[in-house]
Amino acid sequence: MAIDDDLTYQCTPQSGSSAANVGLIAEGVSAGYNGTAIVKTFDFAAHAGELTALIGPNGSGKSTALKAMARVLPVLAGKVSVGDLDVHRAHSRTVAQSLALLPQGPIAPEGLTVRELVAQGRFPYQTLLRQWSANDAAAVDVAMNAADVSQFADRRVSDLSGGQRQRCWIAMVLAQDTPVLLLDEPTTFLDLKVQVDLMQLLQDTAREDQRTIVVVLHDLNVAAAFADRLVMMKDGRVVADGAVADVFVAARLADVFGLEARVISDPESGRPVCIPVARS
Amino acid sequence: MNAAALPEARAGARVGWPVVLLAVLALAFLAHISVGAKTVPLFTVVEALVDPVDGEFDHIIIWSLRLPRAVAAVMVGAGLAVAGALMQGVTRNPLAEPGLLGLLYGASFAVVVTVGFFGLAAPSWIPLIAAVGALAAAALVWLIAAHAGGGSTPITLILSGAAVTALLAALVTLVNLLDEQTFEELRVWLTGTLAGRGVETLLWAAPWMLAGLVVALGAARQVTALSMGDETAVGLGVDVARLRLLILFAVVALTAGAVAIAGPMGFVGLVVPHMARMIFGHDYRLIVPTSAFCGAIFLLVADIVARMALAPIEISTGIVTALVGGPVFVWLVRTRL
Repeated sequence: MAIDDDLTYQCTPQSGSSAANVGLIAEGVSAGYNGTAIVKTFDFAAHAGELTALIGPNGSGKSTALKAMARVLPVLAGKVSVGDLDVHRAHSRTVAQSLALLPQGPIAPEGLTVRELVAQGRFPYQTLLRQWSANDAAAVDVAMNAADVSQFADRRVSDLSGGQRQRCWIAMVLAQDTPVLLLDEPTTFLDLKVQVDLMQLLQDTAREDQRTIVVVLHDLNVAAAFADRLVMMKDGRVVADGAVADVFVAARLADVFGLEARVISDPESGRPVCIPVARS
Repeated sequence: MNAAALPEARAGARVGWPVVLLAVLALAFLAHISVGAKTVPLFTVVEALVDPVDGEFDHIIIWSLRLPRAVAAVMVGAGLAVAGALMQGVTRNPLAEPGLLGLLYGASFAVVVTVGFFGLAAPSWIPLIAAVGALAAAALVWLIAAHAGGGSTPITLILSGAAVTALLAALVTLVNLLDEQTFEELRVWLTGTLAGRGVETLLWAAPWMLAGLVVALGAARQVTALSMGDETAVGLGVDVARLRLLILFAVVALTAGAVAIAGPMGFVGLVVPHMARMIFGHDYRLIVPTSAFCGAIFLLVADIVARMALAPIEISTGIVTALVGGPVFVWLVRTRL
């Protein structure tokens, strides 16, 4: 178990990599609500050291797929695993030591300070008898530094701006200290500058800590600018999966999103950018 | 303000709180025993508790009447406050409490019916009957709210709780018409009172309330996680369905014990947890135990007021808690919804 974790942490990022490099695997997953599958035979793999973005039009099942992988939703068929760990069968607290989730619209209880919120990320490591350790305190400090919220440590979460608050939530899941991180639309409703800062934080975290990060994104250009891999969904199925340059092409945007757009290449980074075409 | 110094100050406050609360509780407890139709000096109260003398008149009053009443106030206050704190955390509804969500009247109705129709008034059975009633009322309130347009929101839950309470109150009146004699004895009990509780009633309620309190303390950490949303809690490794069942058990056990002792004592579960939250922050590991202390203190003081305000006439304690709780309810509706 411990050896597997080390492998996941230490291997270098490369796309199309070997099995040892895989952080999170979903095989033939079907999931949905009230027994009706919204996501159908979803096959997916995310790798350590990479930021993988799940994109697709509204109702394509990208959030449902993420929730199924995070065990918020049960799977109707298939299996999700992190290393040897079967996410839907293993003890929930054990899973929480390998897989963290930042859901859409989490609730910050009134009066909670930033440090107290981030400290909640240590929940899976605590028991009734072992409530708080030096390890926990260190992990909280590291997470607050990484997410750049240390200067707010003793302020109330409810008093912060939307972007600052989202950084606090990210610090909380970082403090959970898991090899795999899932985030459901973490940038929605935020200013572009704040979105860019958050995505930079996630990209740095994936690369520097060799974590596997999967993020559901709404904004196509933000996804194209920061992701290492894109997985595109439509009608509950994966329709494209690969390097950003291969997936993010005009023909596919037209096919999947019904979006008429030109895709050009950023002359500096070489990353694709889509420009919607106005009818004139 | 030095930011680095702040967490330590907070930690210091945390170490200090049990001492302060215990001291205030002890003071309120002794004062509660001291006041009454005949005021007994505090010194005599302590003397009676520490070194009782056989045949001493004050000591007899204290041991046979006043001490049981003070213990009842502590149990009911602590129990209802902890039940309210748990309900607010799990439902993320600032107005959730045993009274407003129908549990108090569900438990009371069940007791009235069994005592009134079946004459089953043994103290050993009352907590169980109250628990069944509280559970049934909770289920009914939840069902109505869940089928309301827009689903179970804080507002639909409160409305549904009010509707069920009104229905049960009407049914209690009906039982009254059918059997006035039996009901006469229950009339005072139904306003929420600490008067005339026998030691036997307290002893039979104690295991229920103790079990509820132990579960509440054990689950407190998970309640904090759940108060951040179901999905966040799952992500942190909380078994949400199991936790909800545990909390339901704790809430029903605490409510049943409290109703068996004092009838439907309203608003304690609403007022006290918000008070505790203002002083001690949002971590349920602190809120649960401090709510227990604050609830006990609150009801001791309310009961002192109930006996002093219009002396020699005694007001029902439930009327005093409602007089405090009403304005707090309005304030919560205006600021938290």
